[in-house]
Amino acid sequence: MADKVRIRMTVNGLEQRGEVEPRMLLVHYLRETLGLTGTHIGCDTSQCGACVVHVDGQAVKSCTLFAVQADGSSVTTIEGLVKDGQYHPVQEGFWEKHGLQCGFCTPGMIMAAADLLNKNSNPTDAEIRHALEGNLCRCTGYQNIVLAVQYAAAKMRGEPVTGAAD
Amino acid sequence: MYTNQFSYHRVNTVQEAISLLQKNPDARLLAGGHSLIPAMKLRLSDPSALVDISRVAELKGIRQRGNTLVIGAMTTHSEIEDSALLKQLCPLLPEVAHIIGDPAVRNRGTLGGSLAHADPAADYPASMLALGASMKIVGSNGDRVVDADNFFTGMFATAIGSGEILTEIHVPVKTAGVGMAYETMMHPASRYAIVGVAAMVRMSGGVCQEARVGMTGAGHHAMRLSGLEAAVTGKPLDAATLSAACKSLVRPADLLGDHFASADYRAHLVDVYAQRALAAAAGKA
Ligand SMILES: Cc1cc2nc3c(=O)[nH]c(=O)nc-3n(C[C@H](O)[C@H](O)[C@H](O)COP(=O)(O)OP(=O)(O)OC[C@H]3O[C@@H](n4cnc5c(N)ncnc54)[C@H](O)[C@@H]3O)c2cc1C
Ligand code: FES
Ligand code: FES
Repeated sequence: MADKVRIRMTVNGLEQRGEVEPRMLLVHYLRETLGLTGTHIGCDTSQCGACVVHVDGQAVKSCTLFAVQADGSSVTTIEGLVKDGQYHPVQEGFWEKHGLQCGFCTPGMIMAAADLLNKNSNPTDAEIRHALEGNLCRCTGYQNIVLAVQYAAAKMRGEPVTGAAD
Repeated sequence: MYTNQFSYHRVNTVQEAISLLQKNPDARLLAGGHSLIPAMKLRLSDPSALVDISRVAELKGIRQRGNTLVIGAMTTHSEIEDSALLKQLCPLLPEVAHIIGDPAVRNRGTLGGSLAHADPAADYPASMLALGASMKIVGSNGDRVVDADNFFTGMFATAIGSGEILTEIHVPVKTAGVGMAYETMMHPASRYAIVGVAAMVRMSGGVCQEARVGMTGAGHHAMRLSGLEAAVTGKPLDAATLSAACKSLVRPADLLGDHFASADYRAHLVDVYAQRALAAAAGKA
């Protein structure tokens, strides 16, 4: 058996240390070792985006990264988006705009959308769709996901927002 | 899905990587991992050792050296997409990087990894041919520079020998009168090129002085459309010239075909996308 490798990373602000087989994917480390099951696995081909997390502030597919590659990095998962008991504006947007049905794709969608809004605070619908190209949803038809991201963008710019009920 | 087992080695220099590759001929370099890891999961690739070059500082960064832009092999697609230097001096590469995969893929995948992997449907190779890029390859016997024309040798095959590393990609700085464009029909699920054509033209007084056209996706590896380059040089790149020149550019017998796009259809697409790429390049010159 291949030698285990020592790793150390910050996950949602907490320092984690461990020994992993080199072949352990980051998504398995997060879900199985750390118990952070909010990050999902939807495919074996790196295409669905259910596993998107942030590594050093950038969206990555955690199923296409060995945990050893993230050694020394800072990782944020969907569990880490809540700040002081407050949902992240993208989480709120998905709630308000009904951006999910079964919810399986949602953690990855939210992490990918949050990455977009970190880089572009005022995206067009087309830019949102381009940024979410690597995230597949089998339920919603995407329309409400785009609305949810627009809601979050507006909220993060400090503009007034209205929810689904309004 | 887990891959098979392998031993993991992280290196800090190109020399360390080369000596590990020499000690273990079955070892593979790990760059962004966005071609290698999916292949390992599907057991299409099964290396016994991985040499992680992602933290080798000398493989990173984009800089100008005289009339040449030097791009480190470990530069990610996102870094190329966002590079102010490239946008100004070689706008074709950010344009191509922008449409590769999706943002998460672009945050990890690298230019060097894409070129070394030489997927027949990869996007960059067409632009490397159109730009007249060259690749610096380093091995235990020193280094050499290979022209893009001699770099892509077959399906998933390049001029990089065993135990060697692609370290730099050199592209010329754009000069006056030059326009460049990439036009592609993307696979709707994977976004890889079914057919992609990159064109670089140098115009003067409305006449094409020089043209380089690279094609990817359709054949076993990226190649230049030299007949087309010759046919348009010395002419204005108007609709009539282009539609006359872009006819039966490649033979279906030489192309790939699958359930998504037959070889005949790909041959037709090459004509269509070559015409669009040349027109777009001329429009930007
Ligand atoms: C979902 C998805 C969608 C994608 N869509 C596209 C697309 O639309 N267009 C496109 O062009 N590509 C696409 N790709 C591929 C992507 O661009 C990869 O990043 C790229 O092909 C490989 O780069 P890498 O850095 O990830 O290389 P790796 O996967 O790490 O390595 C690939 C191969 O190259 C070798 N290698 C890596 N670096 C070097 C080097 N410096 N010297 C010598 N050998 C080296 C490795 O040993 C390995 O054999 C997609 C990938 C995924 C997962
Ligand atoms: S699980 Fe599908 S892309 Fe990662
Ligand atoms: S909400 Fe069900 S897959 Fe997106």
